[in-house]
Order: sequence, then C-alpha cells, then structure tokens
Amino acid sequence: MQTKVTAQQSAFTSAEDRTLASVFCAYTVTATFWLLFATAVGVLMAYKFGAPDFWSGEWLTFGRLRPIHTNDTFYGWASPALVALAYYVAARSSRTPLYSVKLAWIGLVLFNLAAVAGTIALDLGFNDGNLEYREWPWPIRLIFLAALLVTAWNLIGTVARRRTEEIYLSNWYTIGGVLWTCIIAVVAILPWYQYGLGQVAVSGFYMHNAVGMWFTPLALGVFYYALPKVLSRPIYSYSLGVFAFWTNLVFYPIIGAHHFLFSPLPWFLQTTAIVFSVAMLVPVWGGTANFLLTMRGRMHGMARSVPLMFIFVGVIGYLVGSTQGTFEAFRSLQEVWHFTNFTVGHSHLTMYGFVTFAIWGGVYALLPLATGKQPQLLGLTLHFWMALVGSFIYVISLSVGGTIQGLNWIHGAPFIQSVMDMQSYWVWRGVGGSLMFLSHVVFAWNVWCMTYGVGAKASLDASSSTEGASA
Amino acid sequence: MNKLILIAGGSTLVYLTLAVLMGVLPGIMLSATPPGPGVNPLTALQARGRAVYVASGCSYCHTQQVRPLDQDKAFGRPSAPGDFAYQTPELLGSERTGPDLTNVGQRQSSVVWQYIHLYNPRAVVPQSIMPSFAWMFQVVNSAPSGVEPVALPKAYAPTHGVVVPRPDAQALVAYLLALKQPSLPGYTDASTESTRGAGPQGAPTSAVPPGAPGYDPAKGKALFTATCAACHQATGEGLPGAFPALKGNAAVNDADPTMHIHVVLHGLQGVNVGGVVYPSPMPPFGTTLSDADVANIINYERSSWGNHGGAVTDERVAAQRAKGN
Repeated sequence: MQTKVTAQQSAFTSAEDRTLASVFCAYTVTATFWLLFATAVGVLMAYKFGAPDFWSGEWLTFGRLRPIHTNDTFYGWASPALVALAYYVAARSSRTPLYSVKLAWIGLVLFNLAAVAGTIALDLGFNDGNLEYREWPWPIRLIFLAALLVTAWNLIGTVARRRTEEIYLSNWYTIGGVLWTCIIAVVAILPWYQYGLGQVAVSGFYMHNAVGMWFTPLALGVFYYALPKVLSRPIYSYSLGVFAFWTNLVFYPIIGAHHFLFSPLPWFLQTTAIVFSVAMLVPVWGGTANFLLTMRGRMHGMARSVPLMFIFVGVIGYLVGSTQGTFEAFRSLQEVWHFTNFTVGHSHLTMYGFVTFAIWGGVYALLPLATGKQPQLLGLTLHFWMALVGSFIYVISLSVGGTIQGLNWIHGAPFIQSVMDMQSYWVWRGVGGSLMFLSHVVFAWNVWCMTYGVGAKASLDASSSTEGASA
Repeated sequence: MNKLILIAGGSTLVYLTLAVLMGVLPGIMLSATPPGPGVNPLTALQARGRAVYVASGCSYCHTQQVRPLDQDKAFGRPSAPGDFAYQTPELLGSERTGPDLTNVGQRQSSVVWQYIHLYNPRAVVPQSIMPSFAWMFQVVNSAPSGVEPVALPKAYAPTHGVVVPRPDAQALVAYLLALKQPSLPGYTDASTESTRGAGPQGAPTSAVPPGAPGYDPAKGKALFTATCAACHQATGEGLPGAFPALKGNAAVNDADPTMHIHVVLHGLQGVNVGGVVYPSPMPPFGTTLSDADVANIINYERSSWGNHGGAVTDERVAAQRAKGN
C-alpha cells in the first residue's frame, strides 16, 4: 500500500513521506492518550453523581475534575488530533511536503506541555475564575497560543508552497480556524476590559467561539478531504463549500450571548444572538447537504467502509447538534433547558457526535494511507458501535432528564426534587459514558496498529482508492 | 499566493472585526457598569472565600444569576446589571445541578447549617449529591477558644474529638453569608401578593380540611420542603444539638399559634427548646414569604408528624404581621 501511495505522489520523496507520517502518528498518539485520560475522568465524575462520597478528597472533587475533563478533551485530545489531520491534508492536497517538520514537533511539544501544566494547575485549584474553557492560568494559555501560532505558520507555509493551482477547500477551513482561534485566545487572555458584567459578555463570546471557530472549521476541513478520498469522487459542490465557509465566518461570532439569555446582559445583545443562531442554519444545512449529496447513491458502501461510517455519523452529528443549538437559543425553549443537564447532552452531541466522530473518520481514512498499516476490522467495528450506542444512551438520557429538571423548576417543585428525579438518568448517563470510554480503549489499540504496532496487511475498505481524488 | 492572502488574511480581518464588535467592545462598555445601590465590595475574608469558591469549582454546579422568570423567584429578585460591579471573575455559571446562590446568605443565614453542610451535605440534606468538603475541616481533641465545633449529627461525627473549620472553610462560609441581594428601588416581588409554589391557585374549597380555610396540604409540604426542611428535616425531627425538632414541639402544638407565627415571620435565636439551648439563629421569613405561604407552612407543621396544633388562617398571619416584631 505504501508503495502504491508514493507511486501516485511522485512529487514526494519517500523520506518526506515518512516524515509526514511520523508527524501524523505522534500527534495522533499523544491526542489519544489525552482522550483516554479525559474520558476516564469523565466516567469518574459520572460515578460521583450516584456516589458523591466516592473518592471525595480535595484533588478528586467534582469541581476540580470538571474543568480537567473539558479542557483536556478540548485542548489535549481534539486540538492536536485535528492539527495532525490538518497537516496531512495540507501537505497532500497541496502536493508538497510540510513547510517545516521542526515547527510541527515544536507545536506538538507545546500542545502537550500546555495540557500537562493545565491539568496539574487545575487539580491544585489554580483555576482562572471558573470561566468555561479558559480555566487554565493565563501563562499556560500563552503556551497553547504559541502552539496555535506555530501551527498557523506551518500550515500557511505548506499551502504557500503548493504545487496545485487551487487552494483546496479543506485548507480554507483549517488555516482560517487556526488564525481565528489565535484571535479568540488573545481576546480571552487580555484582562484590562473584563470586569463584572463586561466579563460576562466576553465569556459568552469566548465560550462559543472557542468551540465553533476552532473545532467546527477543522472538523469540516476533515470532511471536505476525507469524504471525497474515501468515496473516490469529488465533493458535490465546491461553491457550496465556499459559501458555507463565509456564512459560518460571519454568523458564528455573533451568537455567543445566547449562553446568557435572561441574564443582565443588554437585551439587544441577547436578541441579536438569537437571530444569528437561526442564521447558522444556513451554513449548517448547506454544509450537511454538500456532504450528504457527495455520498448520494453510495450509502451501501458504508457496510464495507468503517471510516465512511464514522464520517457519516459525524455529518449527522453536525446537522443534529447544530440545529439543536439553534432551537436551544429560542427564549421559549431556553426557559426550560437553560442550566439543566440538557445542555450537557447538547455539548456531548456536538463535541462527540460531530467533532470526535469526524476526527475518527479522518484518522481511519487517512492514517493508514500515511503509514501503510491497517487496524483490525474487529477493532474498528467494536470502536464504532460502542461509541455510537454509548453516545446515544448518553445524549438521550440527559436530554430527557434535563427536560424533566427544567419542568420541575417551572412547576415550582422544591429544588431537591430536580436532583432526585435525575438519579436514574444519571445512572444511564454513566452506562453510556462507560461504553464510550471502552470504545476509546479500542480506538487506542487501533491507533497503535496503524502507527507503531504491526497493522493488518489486508486493505479493508475503499480507502485504498486513488490518492488525490479530492485535490 | 495572492489567493492565500485573500482567504487567510481576508477571513482573519473579517473575524477580527467581529471579535472586536461582539467580544471586546461589549466587554469594554459593560465593564463600566456602575454598582447598584447597596452593592459593596467584599471584605478581605469574604474575598478569600470567593477565591476558595473558584478553586473548588463551585460554579460548575451553582449559578449566581437570577432570571426574570417565575421559576427563579425562589432564588431572589432578578439580577440587575449593577449587582456584578465587584464580581471579577464573574461567577454566573451555566449549570444548576445545585441551587442558585445569588441570595444564599439571605435564604440560609445559619453559620451552623453552612458548616455542617460543607462538611457533609448529606448530614442535613439526605438526597444531596454535593461533594463533601471535609478537607477544609480538621478533627481536634477540643475546639480552641473562640471557635465553635461543627454541630455534626452523630452518624457523621468522628468517633472522638470534635470537627472545627480550617481558615478556608471560615472564609468560604463568610463569602456565602455575604451573598445577599440588596433590595432594588422600584422592584416589587409579585410573589408576595400571589403565592408561589405547587398547585393551582384558588383550589376548590371541598379539598380544604375543616377548620383550615385556604390550606392546601400539597402546597404546604412543597413550601416546607423548599424553605424549612434543610434545618428541621423532612421528618420534622431537626438535628439534635443544631436545629430543634418540630415534631412534638411545644410552640407548634400550642393551641395559641402566636409564638409559632412570630418565629416564622421574625426568626429566633438562643431559645431553650425541650431542655436544649440552640445558639444557631433561625432567619426571619416574613420578608420573603407571603401570608398565605406562611399559613400553609404553619398548617403543614401543625398537622404533620403527629402534631395537633390548631389551624391558622392567612388573615391571622396578616394580623400578626401588621403588629410588627
């Protein structure tokens, strides 16, 4: 397989090929470690909802573990995993080696250094104000910002040296995403304009943009490359992809205040956020239509291609999660769901059902092309079904339970009633979460097979199709 | 190359503009929001308590924002922009796994209760899933002078010695007790006129037990659970040594309800109940509960756990309220 790939990419020397593969491998392996760690913490937290006195010491208390779970998922797992895919896609779609392998290694060290330091700091109680997704003390967030700058420079440098006429669409999304996130990081760190209610406004902006202008564009970049690659056919509409790019860019930054509906933030800011939350349906439905139309007539191929199954779930996760987000922004529904566990279900539907499945689809479709090693079919299948069923149980139990929580409050029941009524739903959440964690153990094994271990020789799916079909 | 500059540079410029418009400018303008009337900075001890609150991640389960919605009335008046003038970092929060704490210093002003609850929440709220913060306390042979040992029920107390709060717990409780909403000029709480809580308004009189016009047992129980059970417990048995029992309580079973109504309206401290002196103050509820709510709670207490005090009417409560403390 390796020979086949290099034969098609005559512009590459085999040394350059191996370097790109080693960068891809190392990023994916460290990211997988953080996925295992962050989700193990998540399962422990889920257990505490039923047994609050279990491991209740200072360093294992819920309030310390919760930001560790979210930040390590965001910045230890999803970020480096998406950057690995972005590097591979940038180099392949531009038919050029990486601009700087050294920068890639520096970036990897910085990403992991930030995650290690951030985890230790949070566990010791150095939490920057409980401000969601920017809880790491600011010097650690500077390390992360440095990793972003290095990545942006490297991606731009790679695409600038492309041997193709066009800049492939995926690179629009990944380069844009990295650059915008640098701005988000600076906005979040600068302290001099964030006091009291002013900081609330910045929090609303930040917490939504850190997710939607970082993970969303990078995951979409994966779809735009991996989907045509797996199917050996071009994306349905290149122009629709460009349209979704610009509409996403303009609408998304405006909707942050919908996290603070009914708060003392100015009412017009909240209303503007709701209006543009509806506008977000344009890029979301446009993008989804583009992916599904690319897959049209080839759905039966999913039975033979596990990467395609992951990507399909990721696309549906993007559609359902984002559309749900629009509905949650309506005041009438926010009255019921705000502050309830429904929002926890929503964040897992998006970060897991969309972003994480997109990463897995990308890794399974592209990593074997880079290393020439395939995982076992059994491992792939186990991973897919445990992750899918686990996340279904997780999201459905918290959505139903969260709705009951909200209705309890509306009906004026004593507060403790909402805690008691959630108990069985929290048990189911734990069951779903445990399945998800087990699937990650299998994923780790699969990654090992595709990277440093001995992979299966046989080609499993359509991923042996011609390289560069998308470029 | 030009196309790369257009895509990367152009989109970044668009994003930078939007980030300034939607993040930085609102941040700058709203940071200048002046403090509301009666909103003051924290003391050094309270500020330290707030830092403990942040380090422990309290705001992942507790909000500090009251919305202008009916279901939030239990937590206080709607939050106003001026309430947040001294709140950096902001702790509005996004999850209400536990109750909102904006006004907890008003709602639960008992230091004794706060310490027991922090040490182990299940000692006072059996169904609570809040973590225990026992590491903020230490077990000593005898409490140093000037420090009250935590009045733990037997099941939660160490076998020997007493539990006293460390400085972090003292600071945290000082902060929690400081969380009181100053009253807002011009704002009247509609719930003092029309009662909140479960059940339809104007329930059919046929459901009312004889001798208690307007009493709704279901609503009485809901109000008791939300307002009183944290200390007096759902069983009415209180916590020995910390909160007096209502079951078999002399004032509750007294045919003359004057004392019972007075305590609910105006609070109580340092009184001998059944041979035990309770130092912990009971907060007044006259400011937060309507006459009908007070009557419902009192009637629930007078008819539960084997108690047999006579029923009271809304009018009786109103009359006593009019007389003042």
